[in-house]
This record gives sequence, structure tokens and C-alpha cells, in this order.
Amino acid sequence: MIRVGALIVLLAATAAVLGPFVAPYDPASQQLALRLQGPSLAHPFGLDELGRDVLARIVHGARVSMAVGLAVVTVSSLLGTLLGATAGYFGGRVDDLISRVIDVLLAFPGILLAIALVAVLGPSLVNVVLALCVIGWVGYARLVRGVTLKIRELDFVQAARALGASPPRILLRHVIPGALPALAVQATLGMAGAILAEASLSFLGLGVQPPTPSWGTMLDAGRSHLFDAPHLTIFPGLSIAALVLGFNFVGDGLRDRVDPRTGG
Amino acid sequence: MIRYLLRRLLLTIPVLVGVATLVFALIHLVPGDPAQSMLGDGAAPQDVEALRERLGLNRPLIVQYAAFMRGLSRGDLGTSLRYGTPVAREIQARFPQTARLAAAAMAVALVIALPLGILAAVHRGTAVDHAAMTLALAGLSMPNFWLGPLLAILFAVKLGWLPVSGSGDWTHLVLPAGTLGAALAAILARMTRASLLEELREVYVLAARSRGLSRARAVLRHAFRNSLIPVVTIVGLQFGVVLTGTVITETIFAWPGIGRLLIQAIGFRDYPLVQGCILFISVTYVGVNLLTDLVYGVLDPRIRYD
Repeated sequence: MIRVGALIVLLAATAAVLGPFVAPYDPASQQLALRLQGPSLAHPFGLDELGRDVLARIVHGARVSMAVGLAVVTVSSLLGTLLGATAGYFGGRVDDLISRVIDVLLAFPGILLAIALVAVLGPSLVNVVLALCVIGWVGYARLVRGVTLKIRELDFVQAARALGASPPRILLRHVIPGALPALAVQATLGMAGAILAEASLSFLGLGVQPPTPSWGTMLDAGRSHLFDAPHLTIFPGLSIAALVLGFNFVGDGLRDRVDPRTGG
Repeated sequence: MIRYLLRRLLLTIPVLVGVATLVFALIHLVPGDPAQSMLGDGAAPQDVEALRERLGLNRPLIVQYAAFMRGLSRGDLGTSLRYGTPVAREIQARFPQTARLAAAAMAVALVIALPLGILAAVHRGTAVDHAAMTLALAGLSMPNFWLGPLLAILFAVKLGWLPVSGSGDWTHLVLPAGTLGAALAAILARMTRASLLEELREVYVLAARSRGLSRARAVLRHAFRNSLIPVVTIVGLQFGVVLTGTVITETIFAWPGIGRLLIQAIGFRDYPLVQGCILFISVTYVGVNLLTDLVYGVLDPRIRYD
């Protein structure tokens, strides 16, 4: 499954990077006379309500999805690792404070807090990334805190401390490397989560704003044409589901390799 | 048990205070003047000032916070700008619809997941197992904002069996509940399979079989009952997925619940209503998690409370 997942992710990444250069149509160019036309040889995924090529828009939408996923995972994992390692290593009041913040953020179900933040900050791509980072770092922090609590008691860490290594050096050289395999799994699954969350927010009108092509906004626009142009719903949704499935396959596969006990 | 209950309740209090504080802070994250933002750029300065006064935004932050928390303790969530009515009343009016949808989604999930999980576990490694788990994985990967329109295309547009949107009789509930329940069904089916497989390996199942019990009876009467313990926990913990899912599902199917109210409030920049909805959903989530912990303890007496 990990290979199937990797293939899907690779395809999407290639589409995101090269797609705009090789796509036969401009995602913004309109052919109003052909609006809502179904799939054909010239337009394999059909045309939307303004006569724009759906395939070209999906290829451009892959850029948005991948960019949001990468930005959210990078910022969240760095912040989460820093705070989780700090909480786990120093313990005491620092740990209490960080853990209480984590508890509060976990009290908001799913992307509800992200919805709230984007609602007040205003809908835009940057605010979506910001909101998803605010809820995203928590998972990494919990993970790294747990690993740090275990590793800090091991002999090699005690030895480094006895030799006078500073806490930042111990964390960077000895503790965080121990968390990297688990972090890689979390980051891969986090890509799937971030892509899904961005699409959800865009679907609700809180994410990427038209005319920028995004899979979520395309699905939202397709809702008005369920009767006369179902292809506007089918293809963007299929793209989201396939890419999310791809990252989940890779994440599950990595997890099985990192921790064979979870294997099926 | 009582000590555990009290301790668990006490631990919930700081979380609730934190949630309320964050929700209070939301309105102050609005770029620029929140009152101006709510009324729009074209609003007259005196109207903006009047709204600022009405919402207490002119007062020092600490005074605003104290008033907010005092209001919450009385169940006062403020007044909706759009409807001019108490936020609590708006939420109270929509809550039954959201509860109805969530309960129906849970029912759909259980009706699909339990037989699917049992079949997969009993026929482990066979085509039945693979088919059931592939179906579960598909359900898990399909975002509800895609599944919903797809179900609408099939059952409302093509077949004409069900209404596309709105709320009325039970037929209106089928598509939203199916959409909302699908992901949960997938998670529960996988959990039921894994949990039942563990139980089937236990000696007591072998003992039941050796006493002459049929395979079906040994599975359903003995192993399945014990395998339900983690499943119940997952049902509780996944309630958050259902709550968030209602926001999207209610929007797709124009279901008049709290999720749709929230999205409408965001559209109208009715921030007191946004705050109220977010707070209500989060507090419900925390409450259900607490209840799940307690039910888990009752179901499995092996769990120690100290």
C-alpha cells in the first residue's frame, strides 16, 4: 500500500510542479459558449459554470493543496517539536503550562477552532495556514513530549548532562533525533489532514477565494450544478480523496515500519 | 468511583475556563475595529460607536472578560446582531435538529459498522474481510463535503428517491445522516474487527466452543460483548468528528442546526453568535468526552480509578 500511496503523492506533486506548464488550457480562460459541458476528448474533466477547463483547474488546485499541506506541516512540526521537547525535558511549571494549553486546544473538536479563527481573521490562504498551524502543532508537541520524557532518563542523555552539555544541545543532538521516525509518520498523516482541512475551509467559503482554483472552492461551486453538471462535483472530490488516501497509505506504511506492532 | 468522578470533574474546570477564554479572545483577533467589521465599511460612525458601546468594547479588556465570564455563569452568551435575540435562545432553537442529525448519523454508523466489523473478523484473511476493509477505507478517505453531493446526485437527482435538502419528515434525514455517519462507520468497522480479533484469540472463547456452543453463539454472546468496550470508547471520542461534521453536512443539505447557524453567523459577521456556537459545540464535546471516560469505567470493571 505504501507504494500505491507514494505513487499517488508523486503524481500529485508532479502535477503541482509541472502541471501549469504542460496543461493545454489556462485555468482562468473562459469559453462561455461551452459552459457546464461534460467530459469530452478535448476537455477530459469537462468545463465549469464559466466555461473553464476543469482539468486545468484541478492541476492548479494541486499547487494550493500541496503548498498549504507543506506550510502547515513544516510550521506545526517545528513549533510542536520545540514546545513538546521543552515541556518534556524541563518538566515542572513549563510542562504544566504547555500541557494546559494543549488540553485547551484539544477541547475544540476537529477543525472547529480553525473555522473560528478564519472567521474572525478573514478568509484567505495565509489565514487558513495560520489557523491550521494553531491547531496543528498540538499533535506534534504531545508526541515529542512523550518521547522526550522517555529519552531524557536514558543513560546516554544522563552522560551528556554530566559532561556539561547545555539543554539545547542535549535536545537537538540526543533527544529530538530519537523522535524523528515518529515525527515522519505524524508529518505524513498531517499532510493528509491539512489538505483535507484546507479543502473543508475552502468549501465553506472560508479558505482560498475565487478565482484562484482550489479543490474545495471547486466542490462548493459544483453544489449549485448537481442536476445539470455532476462532473463539477465528481472530479475535484476524487482528486481530494485520492491525494488524502495517498498520504494516509504512506503514513500507515511508515508507521508499520517504525513500529511493527501496529502492523495488520 | 466517586473520587474519580470528582477528580475528573475538577480537571475539566480549567479546560472549560481555557476554552471560554479563547472564545472571548476571538472577537479581539478581528483585524481593526470589530464593531466596524461587523457593520461594514460603509456604516455611519455613530452606529459603529453605538455598537461598540453595546458590546462593551470601549471598556478595559479585563472588565470585558469579567463581564463575559459572569454572563456565561448565568447562561448568557450575549445578543445576536443579526437576529437581535439572545444567542442562547438561537442555539437552543437549533440544538434539537443537530442532536437529531448526530443521533441518526451515530445509528447509521453502528448499523453499518458492527456487522461489517464482525464479518471481517470472523472471516479474517478471506475475500469477505478484504472487501469489508476496502469499503471501510473508502469511507474513511471520502471527505463528507464530497460524499454528501455524490449521495445527493445518486439518490435525489438520478433516482429521485430522496429530497436534496431541507428538514421535514424522516426522508430529509437520510442523506445528511448517511453522509455524516459514513466516516464514523469506517472507523468503527475497523475498530470492531481489530477488537473482536483480539477477543477471539482468548481462552474463554475456546472454552465456550469446547462446551459445545456454536461458533455464532461463541462469537456473538461472548467475544463480541467484550470487544464492544473499546468500540464504545471510540464512539464517544469520535463524537467530535460528528460535531465538526455537522457544520459541513448541515451546510450541504441546508439542515437547520447549529453547524449551519455558525456558518451563517460567520457570513453575517455576527461575532457574538459565532462565539456562542463555538463555545456550545466545544463544551458539548468536552462533556461527551467526560461521559465516555466514565462509561468506559463502568463497562470495564478492570479499570482502576486511582
